[in-house]
Parts: sequence; structure tokens; C-alpha cells
Amino acid sequence: MSDSHATTIENAAPDPHLRHHFADMEQQKNTASLGMWLFLVTEIMFFGGLFCAYLIYRLLYFPAFGAASQTLDIKLGAFNTAVLLISSVTVVLAVRAAQDGNRKQLVAYLVLTVLLGLTFLGVKAIEYKEKFETHHVPGPTFHFDKPFDDNGKEIPVDPQHAQLFFSLYFAMTGMHTLHMVLGCGLFTVLTVLAWKGHYSPGYYTPIENAGLYWHLVDIIWIYLFPLLYLISRHS
Amino acid sequence: MSEHVTSRAFSVALGIGLLVLTAVTVKAAFINLGPWNPVVALLIATVKATLVVLFFMHVKGASEKLTAVVVVSGFFFLTILLSLSMADYLTRSWR
Repeated sequence: MSDSHATTIENAAPDPHLRHHFADMEQQKNTASLGMWLFLVTEIMFFGGLFCAYLIYRLLYFPAFGAASQTLDIKLGAFNTAVLLISSVTVVLAVRAAQDGNRKQLVAYLVLTVLLGLTFLGVKAIEYKEKFETHHVPGPTFHFDKPFDDNGKEIPVDPQHAQLFFSLYFAMTGMHTLHMVLGCGLFTVLTVLAWKGHYSPGYYTPIENAGLYWHLVDIIWIYLFPLLYLISRHS
Repeated sequence: MSEHVTSRAFSVALGIGLLVLTAVTVKAAFINLGPWNPVVALLIATVKATLVVLFFMHVKGASEKLTAVVVVSGFFFLTILLSLSMADYLTRSWR
């Protein structure tokens, strides 16, 4: 170790959060941030595969995808989009509160984020329940009535193609919902730790990185909403 | 430490902007734009996602250039996956 380095360590007040293999808090923070982004890139590639499968089948079976998409409740979908966007703002405000060292505000915004996350999951549960009741869940009990056009004529779509839409709908929203469940758990843990005063303006990396995860899950929904809910809605 | 501090007012304003874009995307879906409907929907979604990545996830103003490289490379490989797959399936009818 160089002499200049040794003096830096002597002069700096040792932060209890600094691990011995990092030179300083900034290097530790940047390393954690880079690691988080690498993880998020794997998430992008994972959901990217699902989006790719969706795009291919949508191209091949567009009429069935349009008909199946119209059985989804656009109001609930838009409401959930708004809920997630607002929760992203509360996450940003939580990170800001952590930077300011405002523990009460930090806990408040984290609690708000968890509540918004749970709201999203509640609405999703209502939507899934409706899908089970109408037998739109892929499997042996799957049933899809052919839709009618404006003149009362039956639109010829293959129910098997509609089943493919619902398979992708459940795979994509299901994986997204799983990420939301994990996110709510993560933010509940952070809330407890923040309440106990674990975070300070010098150390709030877990809040920031959990925030990055939350934003990514939000971005995935930003794409899922128009792709799944808004196919051929115009008459 | 050189952290990026976002003002509260800006974050809230951006959040409202994102909500407005959501309303726009729903409205646009009910207008018949022919083949442009999905294009408009995806364009609005991409604008929203870009705003979230740049300002909420602090990629703009990140102190570490390496982070920006990782983010860009991630989206670059996603673009390869989607564009090459679409180049295949969209041109299969060209016989």
C-alpha cells in the first residue's frame, strides 16, 4: 500500500459500514451499484426472452391476440400502471430522505411504497380471479368464446391461439407479480432496518439498490400494459 | 462523496408526467391509427422507460462511467435479440 493511501485511512473517520477490501466508501458504493446493474441486465435479458416470444406469436396470430386481449380489464390495468408509477416516485423520495438523513421521512416513504406494491398485488389478484372464473387460464378447462364484430358476425379466431395469448399473459404478468412480491418483502425488511436507524447519509446503498430493482420492475410493467391490454381496442 | 441528489419537486413533476403519458397511451389505443397503433403504444412506453432509467435510476449523472456502459450494453444485446428475431419472422412472407 502506498504512503498517500495510508495517510488517507488515518485521516478519515472509519465508517463501520466500510468493508476492509474497499479503499473508501465511494469505491464500495460504486462497486455495489455496478453489481446491482449487472443483476438488472440479467433481468432485462430474462424478460427480453419473454417479450420476444410474445412479439413472435403476436405477429403470427394477431386476430386471436386482439380478441383475447379485449377480455382484459383496461381500467384495472391502467390503475395498476398508475399505482406502480406513483410507487416509483415514493422510492425516489425515500432515497432522497436517506440522503438527507431524515429517518422519519425515509420510513414513511418506504411504508408508502410497500402499501402501493400491495395495492398492485391486490388488483392483480382480482384480475387473476376473473380469469379463473371465465376459464381463460390455459389448461384442460380452457374455454374461449369467439368474439363478434359490429355486424354481429362471429370473428373466426382459433381458441388455441387465444390460449397461447393467455399462456404468455400468465407467464409474463406472473413473473412480474413474483418480482413484485419479492420487492414488497425486500422493502418491508428495509423499512424495519430504516426504523432501527441502520441508514445514514454516508451509508444508504441498500435503499438505493432496492430502489433500482423497484424501478426496473416498474419499467417491465410500463411495457406489459400496452402490449397485453391495448391490442386493437379501436373499433 | 459525489452522489446525485434529485430535487423532490422534479421527481414529483416527472411522476405526474409519467401518469399523463399513461393516460395518453390509453386514449391513443382507442383511436384507429391503422398499423401505427402498436408503434405509438411502444413509443410512449419507451419514452416512459427512458425517463425512469435516466432520472429515477440516476443513470444520467452517474459518477461511474462503467455503470453507463453496463446499462447500454444490456439494452444493446436486447436490441439484437428482438431485431434479429423480428428480421426473421417479419420477412418470412417475402417469397
